[in-house]
Amino acid sequence: MSESTIKIKGKKQNFFLDKVKEILPDEGNLNLCLTCGACASGCPATGLEDMDPRKFLRMCAMGMDEEAVKSPWVWMCTMCQRCIYVCPMKINIPQLIYNARAEWPREDRPKGIRDSCDMALRNDSNSAMGTAPDDFIFVVEDVLEEYKESQPEFKDMVTPIDKPGAFFFLNQNSREPVTEPDEMVPLWKILHLAGVDWTYGSKGWAAENYCLFLADDECWEKVTRVSANQADELGCKVFLNTE
Amino acid sequence: MNSDWNKDRKIKFTIQDPCQIVRKGEGDVVADDLRFVIQSVVGKENVIEMTPNKSNNYCCGGGGGFLQSGYPEERKAYGKIKFDQIVATGADYCITGCHNCHAQVHDIGHHFEGSYGTVHVWTLICLSLGILGPNERAYLGDDLKDVDVFHPETSMF
Repeated sequence: MSESTIKIKGKKQNFFLDKVKEILPDEGNLNLCLTCGACASGCPATGLEDMDPRKFLRMCAMGMDEEAVKSPWVWMCTMCQRCIYVCPMKINIPQLIYNARAEWPREDRPKGIRDSCDMALRNDSNSAMGTAPDDFIFVVEDVLEEYKESQPEFKDMVTPIDKPGAFFFLNQNSREPVTEPDEMVPLWKILHLAGVDWTYGSKGWAAENYCLFLADDECWEKVTRVSANQADELGCKVFLNTE
Repeated sequence: MNSDWNKDRKIKFTIQDPCQIVRKGEGDVVADDLRFVIQSVVGKENVIEMTPNKSNNYCCGGGGGFLQSGYPEERKAYGKIKFDQIVATGADYCITGCHNCHAQVHDIGHHFEGSYGTVHVWTLICLSLGILGPNERAYLGDDLKDVDVFHPETSMF
């Protein structure tokens, strides 16, 4: 039944854990592990790649940086934070995972996530599908006109884009305007009936942010700022992320 | 808004709490708000909860970029816990509050050959208000395709 013993090669060699501790509030409590295993027992990623949250943290604590950080498991943990929720010491394992992802050379990180991030950097939409602002505006206006005509009870419905001073700045996952535009309509109707003052942005309308998942700090900040700046410039009060 | 449409049909729903909004966001308070809306729309007696839920909910496996990371088999293995939880409720539909959850819960349902549907909250709100058109029902099954259809003459199907 027992797994082979983890062998530490002499003295602690590297300092990945220490590096992450320096950038987290309260050092992420990364030194407080009681090894109880509450994290691992309730983690859906436990067992994938022969890894689990406790094992990952213990390996980092023992300086097995190479083995831990390079495990593909860092891309299978969704950073859902259930491990923190159940941990008696509130250890921030997900941030350890995030920073492990960042240790990978950018070109070695998963292509799907990297491509989605790069698409978002192509224009001001932030869309992982690369959809340009004009295409988004066209789809929204086209679908709105169609529904106003076919469902005349909603002839006064609006889908503002860049409305100055709107209370809510709303964004939308790219998949809806691009592949299933009818799915946008129920939300519009609810907002209309509730008399909500909202707007999309021509810039930063896409809700997804794969640069964040890529652990590319510079790019995810850039993408996030496009959205935040647009909401600020319009004078919106609340940012509503539908993602 | 009410649940009259489901009084006799008794179609059952379960709720996937999005980690992002609940555990990582506003906590159980917003999970309770979500339940207030869903119970109003489908009827309290037609909501069957997963265990654990709310802030202690299991992630479905759609977050963190997993959907695009190139590890589909591992992603589905991750989602098996969620699939089993949903099936254990016996619900006809799993309501998802976030786009990633919707994609993953839908995919694991298909992969593990479950019979549940995966539906957005906005679809059900509009259904209960009687303003859900025929082309806004992509994620509804045959049991709900024909319920209180708004402007059925506009159907593209």
